[in-house]
Amino acid sequence: MAADISPALIAVENLERIYQMGEERVVALAGVTTEIRQGSFVAVMGPSGSGKSTFMNVLGCLDQPSAGSYRLKGVDVGRLPPTELARTRNREIGFVFQQFNLLQRVDALGNVELPMLYAGLPKRERRARAEAALARVGLADRMRHLPLQLSGGQQQRVAIARALVNRPACLLADEPTGALDSRTSLDIMALFQALNREGVTVIVVTHESEVAAFASRVIRFRDGKIVSDTEQAPRDAALALAEWSEAA
Amino acid sequence: MSFLDAILSSLSAIRAHALRSVLTMLGIVIGVAAVIAMVAVGNGARERVNAQIQSLGANLIIVIPGNITQGGARLGTGNASTLTDADAQALKTEIPAVQAAAPLVRGGVQVVSGGQNWATSAIGVDLDYFVARDWAVERGREFSEEETRRGGQVALIGQTVLRELFGGNDPVGAQIRVRNVPFEVIGVMSPKGQSMFGQDQDDVILLPLQTARQRVVGTNRAKNRSVNQIMVKIREGEDLSAAEEEMRRLLRQRHRIQDGRDDDFSLRNMAEIQATREESARTMAMLLLSVAAVSLVVGGIGIMNIMLVSVTERTKEIGLRMAVGARPLDVMGQFLIEATTIALIGGIIGIAAGMGIAIITAMKAGWPLLIDPLVVVTAFVFSGLVGIVSGFYPAFRAARLDPVEALRAA
Repeated sequence: MAADISPALIAVENLERIYQMGEERVVALAGVTTEIRQGSFVAVMGPSGSGKSTFMNVLGCLDQPSAGSYRLKGVDVGRLPPTELARTRNREIGFVFQQFNLLQRVDALGNVELPMLYAGLPKRERRARAEAALARVGLADRMRHLPLQLSGGQQQRVAIARALVNRPACLLADEPTGALDSRTSLDIMALFQALNREGVTVIVVTHESEVAAFASRVIRFRDGKIVSDTEQAPRDAALALAEWSEAA
Repeated sequence: MSFLDAILSSLSAIRAHALRSVLTMLGIVIGVAAVIAMVAVGNGARERVNAQIQSLGANLIIVIPGNITQGGARLGTGNASTLTDADAQALKTEIPAVQAAAPLVRGGVQVVSGGQNWATSAIGVDLDYFVARDWAVERGREFSEEETRRGGQVALIGQTVLRELFGGNDPVGAQIRVRNVPFEVIGVMSPKGQSMFGQDQDDVILLPLQTARQRVVGTNRAKNRSVNQIMVKIREGEDLSAAEEEMRRLLRQRHRIQDGRDDDFSLRNMAEIQATREESARTMAMLLLSVAAVSLVVGGIGIMNIMLVSVTERTKEIGLRMAVGARPLDVMGQFLIEATTIALIGGIIGIAAGMGIAIITAMKAGWPLLIDPLVVVTAFVFSGLVGIVSGFYPAFRAARLDPVEALRAA
C-alpha cells in the first residue's frame, strides 16, 4: 500500500457507529480503518449483523459515524449537515439496491433523470444524459417502459443507469443480485466489471461468495470489525456468462 | 429540483391516486362552491330587493288605519276607517319633508270589456299616487285634476289587465264596466313587475279616488271621506325617521288621541322593510359562510390525513429520493406542493361549481348574475392556503425521515 501513488478515494479511520436502542447500546461498527482506491472493485462480505450494511450506509452518506473519521476524496464528510450530505450523495455516490427501488409510475427515462432533477440540471441536458446512461446499460430500446413492463434484470439496469448518471465517484451496490436469477446475476456482474474497467469504483455488499468472486478485493466483516482484507484475481463475469450459455 | 419539475411530479403523484385525490378535494370543492354561490346569490338577491323597493317607490312611508280598541277589544290593523283624504292633505301641506301624500282606497272587482271579464283589484287614487309610486303612464294619459276631484268615469289599466282584457290591442278609448259602472280607458300604466311580497303589481286598474270610493269599492257611505291607506313620499335627502315622527305627531293631533293612548294608525317604512330583508339576507350569508368555513376546515383535515397516509405509504420512495440527493427541503417541498396542488384543483372545481350554481339560481330567480372576481380570487388563494397549512405537518414529517430507516421500509 505504501508504494501506491494513487490517492485513496475513501479513507476511514477508527470508524464507530453505535445505536442507542432504548436501554441497549448496539455497536454496529467498532473501529474500522481502511482505504479504498479510485478504480477498484471491492466486495464487502459478512453475515447479517456483522456491520457491513452500516459500513455501506456510512460510506453512502446515508448515515453518519458516531466516532472516527470518513474522508471521501479528501473531504471529511462524517460531520456534514443534512443538506450537504444530500449534495454529496447526489454528486459522489451512486446507489444500487437489491429491490431496485424504481419509481413505479415513472418510465425508465424518468427514473434515470431523478438524480439530475435534484442536481438542478436543465431538462434538455437531463434527457440527453439519461438516454446516454440507458444506452450504456443496454436499454436504448426500453427507455419509455415503466418498471412493471421490464424484467428484474432490466429494472436493475435502469437502477444502475440512474446510479451512473451524475458521474459519481463510486457505485455502492447493496446485494445487487439478491432478487435476480443466476443468469441475470452474471449479466449484472458483467456490467459492473465492464463499468469498473472504464474506471468506475465499485463497492458491492454481498453475503454470496459467488458474487464476491468477481471483485478484485474482498473485505470481510464480523461483529463490527474487519476480520480479513484480501486481494484476489477476479473471475471474469462475461466469460462465466458464455460458459453458462454453452451449458444450457 | 425546480419548481416546475416539482409541480409536474406532484401532478403525476396525484394522478396515480386519482380517486383518492378527488375524494380528498371534496371538502375544499364544497367549501369554495358555497362561498362563490353564496356571494353571487346574496348579491343577486340584494339587487332584486333594491329593484323591488325602487319599483314600489323609494322613500315611502305607508300610513294605514288600525290599532284601535273598541270596548276593550283590540282590533287588527286596517279595520278602522280613521284615515281620510284630509289627513293626506294635512300631511302634505304641514310637513315640508313630505313630497307627496296619496290617499287610496282599494277593493277586488270584476272588470268586463265586451265579451271578456277579469277579476282584479281596483285602486282609487289621486294625482299624488303617480308621484309617490314613481309610476308613469306608458300609453294614453294620466287623470286630470278635474277628473280626480269631480269623480270622472275614467280608468288607467295595468299591463296584466291589458293582456287579459284586450289581448294587447290598443285599449285607449275603450269602454269597460267595473261593478256595472261604465269607465273609459284613458291609458295603460308602464310595467312594474312583482312586488317583493310576490304580488303582480300590474294586475290592477286605477280609478279616480272619488269615483272609486263612491261607486266602486266604497262600502261605508257614512264615512265616505275615509281611505284604506295613505302613501307618503318623503323628499330625497330628508331623514325618514324624523319625517315619520312628525307624521305621527300630526296624525295623533288630528285624530285627537290623548297622551298615553295608542295610535289609531300605523306607519310602515320601506327602509325598515328593506333592513329586515337585508338582515335576513345577512343571516343566510352567515349561515352559508359558516358552512363554507366548516367545509374548508374539514377539507383541510382531509388533506392532512391523506398526506400523512401518503407519506407513510411512500416512505421507501422518500428514502430513495434522499439516497439520490433530495435534500430535506426538497422532500418537504414535494409534499407541500402536492397538498397545495390538491387543494388548488379542489378550489378550481369549487369555483366552477359555485359559478354553475350562481348561474342556475340567477336564471331561475330571474335576477342579474353578479360574480365578484375578487371573491373568486380570494376563494382560490384561500384554498391554496388551506393546502399549505394542512400539508405542512405531513411534509415536515417526510423531510425529517432518516434515509436509512426510510429505505428499509416495506
